[in-house]
Amino acid sequence: MSNAGATLQRERVATSAVQSLFPLKVRRLVYSVGKQRLIDGIDLTIEQDRRTIIMGPNGAGKSLLLRLLHGLLTPTAGEVCWGETPRIDQARQRQALVFQRPVLLRRSVRANLRFALKLRQYTRAEREERLRHILELASLSSLADRPARVLSQGEQQRVALARALVLEPEVLLLDEPTVSLDPVSVAAIEDLLLAAHRRGTKIILVTHDMGQARRLGDEVVLLERGRVVEHSPALQFFQQSNDPAAGSLCKGRKFVC
Amino acid sequence: MQDFGQAFALALQLIVSADPALSEIIFLSLSVSLSAVAIASVIGLGIGATVGIVRFPGRGALIVFLNALMGLPPVVVGLLVYMALSHAGPLGWLHLLYTPTAMIIAQTVLVTPIIASLSRQVIEDFHSEYREQFVSLGVPLKTAVAALVWDARYSLLTVALAGLGRAVAEVGAVIIVGGNIKHVTRVMTTAIALETSKGDLALALALGLILILIALSVNATVSLLRLSASSRAYV
Repeated sequence: MSNAGATLQRERVATSAVQSLFPLKVRRLVYSVGKQRLIDGIDLTIEQDRRTIIMGPNGAGKSLLLRLLHGLLTPTAGEVCWGETPRIDQARQRQALVFQRPVLLRRSVRANLRFALKLRQYTRAEREERLRHILELASLSSLADRPARVLSQGEQQRVALARALVLEPEVLLLDEPTVSLDPVSVAAIEDLLLAAHRRGTKIILVTHDMGQARRLGDEVVLLERGRVVEHSPALQFFQQSNDPAAGSLCKGRKFVC
Repeated sequence: MQDFGQAFALALQLIVSADPALSEIIFLSLSVSLSAVAIASVIGLGIGATVGIVRFPGRGALIVFLNALMGLPPVVVGLLVYMALSHAGPLGWLHLLYTPTAMIIAQTVLVTPIIASLSRQVIEDFHSEYREQFVSLGVPLKTAVAALVWDARYSLLTVALAGLGRAVAEVGAVIIVGGNIKHVTRVMTTAIALETSKGDLALALALGLILILIALSVNATVSLLRLSASSRAYV
């Protein structure tokens, strides 16, 4: 195990002794803009070990739900409880969110990763070790000194994912990270996600891509009009779902309302 | 027309021969304006970054006020600074009236709102792009401000150069608080006004040419900086 990996294990042990982030419980969650309820009374319990896929049509509230789970938005009503962690901002410190469009600083790839690392209490040696490790893991070593914003979209998304992973989050939330990427870039991102999951990181992924959901998902949460219409194991969802919306989604047809 | 031709030839001669009187005026002009822009940048950037990032009651009104101050008439600023620095004024004990320092103060007052208002817009645009990512990463406010200023450095440099353009071309305020005293507070714009009124068009024209050259250089520098930044994808 690398030094970075060993440090991670020590941190995980220390953290789990304090407060667990799981189960994640969402209770009667509402998010309104004006009179419109964009998230309309969601109840959900998510366990740690499974890779969770959030699906649904455009405007279903997937990205909103992800932001509410991460504490970037304040719910109009209801609550998001990450295990025993009393405050969502404390939980957020142990999570990372990868946005659909990567938001990278106007600096080199290395500087982007170093910026994130400097936010934690690492020694300089630890920072450099983690930096080297993540650059290798994400196949970014050859791009490390290039300005992040001149990279292709797939490479930029890999940088964003590497920046999230370099902090070794316990939970990784992803908002359609592979949308409009070519198959090679998608595969590279998925490999990184699977590797992170093997190291113990909880994955919560929003996607429209049925193939990706089948490849990565252990369970699927299906949203429609701000409500959960199905929450089931991935196998059951794709093969035996009784919900008309889920059935339509699997067959690639328009949602039944 | 012949007079104008002669004046133009004489002006070029003064520039080419690096006439000492001309050089002195140019040096004083630049040192006053650059000092004012440096001070205004520190103050204006601080105000701009704070208003651009922090949300507080009355912020909208403050933005409108800052924008309005961009159009401050120089003579009014000159008058206010004159009143403050005159013997009867609150800062009269400093004995700064008719000194280059008074001119720096006046230009700082003129340029600070410009830098504050424009940098507020720049920082706010960058912040709206980075905000969610910074919250997600748990970036402390101080680090966020430093990162925003660094990433917006090319745009902010353009803002500072816009301030320099305003300062170096300004005449109303510096003539009131500086007095246009030869070898002491005579700068390019005040000298042009004086020499034109005296009929010495050659020196006025030479100074005018230098001013235009400075304005062109500032604009060219801004364009080059932006070009260089965009070619390296830093904008």
